[in-house]
Amino acid sequence: MSVPVDDEPLLAARQLSKWYGRQLGCRDVSFELYPGEVLAIVGESGSGKTTLLQLLSCQLAADAGSVLYRTRDGVLRDLAALGEAERRFLFRTDWGYVHQDPALGLRMSVSAGGNVGERLMAVGWRRYGQIRGAAAEWLDRVEIDRSRIDDQPRIYSGGMRQRLQIARNLVTNPRLVFMDEPTGGLDASVQARLLDLLRGLVSELHLAAVIVTHDLAVARLLSHRIMVMKGGEVIEQGLTDQVLDDPHAAYTQLLVSSILPA
Amino acid sequence: MSAVLELRRAHKSFTMHLQGGLRLPVVADVDFSVAAGQCVVLAGPSGAGKSSILKMILGNYRCDGGEVLVRDGAAMVDIAGAAPRRILGLRQTVMGYVSQFLRAVPRVPALDVVAEPLVVEPAARGEARAKAAALLQRLAIPERLWQVPPVTFSGGEQQRVNIARGFLPERPLLLLDEPTASLDGANRATVVELIAEKKRRGTAIVAIVHDDDVRAAIADVVVDVTRFSPAA
Repeated sequence: MSVPVDDEPLLAARQLSKWYGRQLGCRDVSFELYPGEVLAIVGESGSGKTTLLQLLSCQLAADAGSVLYRTRDGVLRDLAALGEAERRFLFRTDWGYVHQDPALGLRMSVSAGGNVGERLMAVGWRRYGQIRGAAAEWLDRVEIDRSRIDDQPRIYSGGMRQRLQIARNLVTNPRLVFMDEPTGGLDASVQARLLDLLRGLVSELHLAAVIVTHDLAVARLLSHRIMVMKGGEVIEQGLTDQVLDDPHAAYTQLLVSSILPA
Repeated sequence: MSAVLELRRAHKSFTMHLQGGLRLPVVADVDFSVAAGQCVVLAGPSGAGKSSILKMILGNYRCDGGEVLVRDGAAMVDIAGAAPRRILGLRQTVMGYVSQFLRAVPRVPALDVVAEPLVVEPAARGEARAKAAALLQRLAIPERLWQVPPVTFSGGEQQRVNIARGFLPERPLLLLDEPTASLDGANRATVVELIAEKKRRGTAIVAIVHDDDVRAAIADVVVDVTRFSPAA
């Protein structure tokens, strides 16, 4: 994993809270994420992980608190104060979002090359040859054979779809990637390949990432830091290996001790 | 002589919430320091807290109290109170660690497992692999295994890969948890040699070794860990 050297946070959450009517989504979440740093959010279903991810990525509005992001001009901005157009621009250029279900992140009846190229066109690329060339390079990087560039992802396997979704997200050189259970629903061998790939890309591209997962092995392999959520609140956080090897909260101890050894 | 590592009254206990909040004291008032080029061997029976002390230095276990001071240039950083990023930074520049068991990542070949700590940027990969290869050779890992992920290796082979990974980067502080436990005589001798070389280059070392010959060969100071056993 790469060396986090930068001194200014890229993303900061300040006392974020969200209610769904009387049902708590998440409460009072604060943290800072630095360039090149990978944060894993773990917890069982319903613990507020995905709510938090959606708040951070502006897909949900917070009821209280704020999300700050350092834009490329070096200014830390409150995302709620940005205009819709500015936020969309961030999403197209600086950010990636990898869904658990690739069908949500891809256009299933557009060719693989088109799926990757579309992100480039959205940031102003116009020359067909260049776009196709860049798309082909990214297929290589995510280990998809170039001969499949004109196929639609609906005829890809699950693992290939997920790798294509990753290529589509990373082609614009984002600084921050949100991932929601990126390896969920994949076979163990496919999962290992994807994890290895993600691990390499994250460190090579010096990506910051927020990864939601219920799989502690995924968190250990990919993340520098971990936040454990339960009932909408962060109950423990710290260095990933420290929290997993020396868990302090009762719930974290339960999580860690519930893993079946393979 | 300025210390590279200094522990002051460091405490550690586990509270097991799943066992009704059972509190297990591990070590208390851990006090020792290590200078550059010095090897301190932690001694004591199994369960005395030797590995726990190494993990407290690494920041893998949290301290309940006291200080774990690690030299970073001119400054002493307290691992017990440092932010996660600071600890990660120190692990990448100041501290090296050889664990008891290799935690192998699927699909990554042995050569890259060893080279990884040196690859801070993709451009450095070639040189890192060359150095990794030389060290694997010294530790008698046959070349045909270098491109194979170590998951399938024997215990002794995995441990040698682990040793190579820990010894490859030059760090001022090296933590060794039973590096020679499952090695044959020849490989044990190689590790003793590697440790002696590190000491000559000024590396401060904290080691756990059960083998009396190895201990005699590498130790400048033996710290008896039972003297840190918490009062019941």
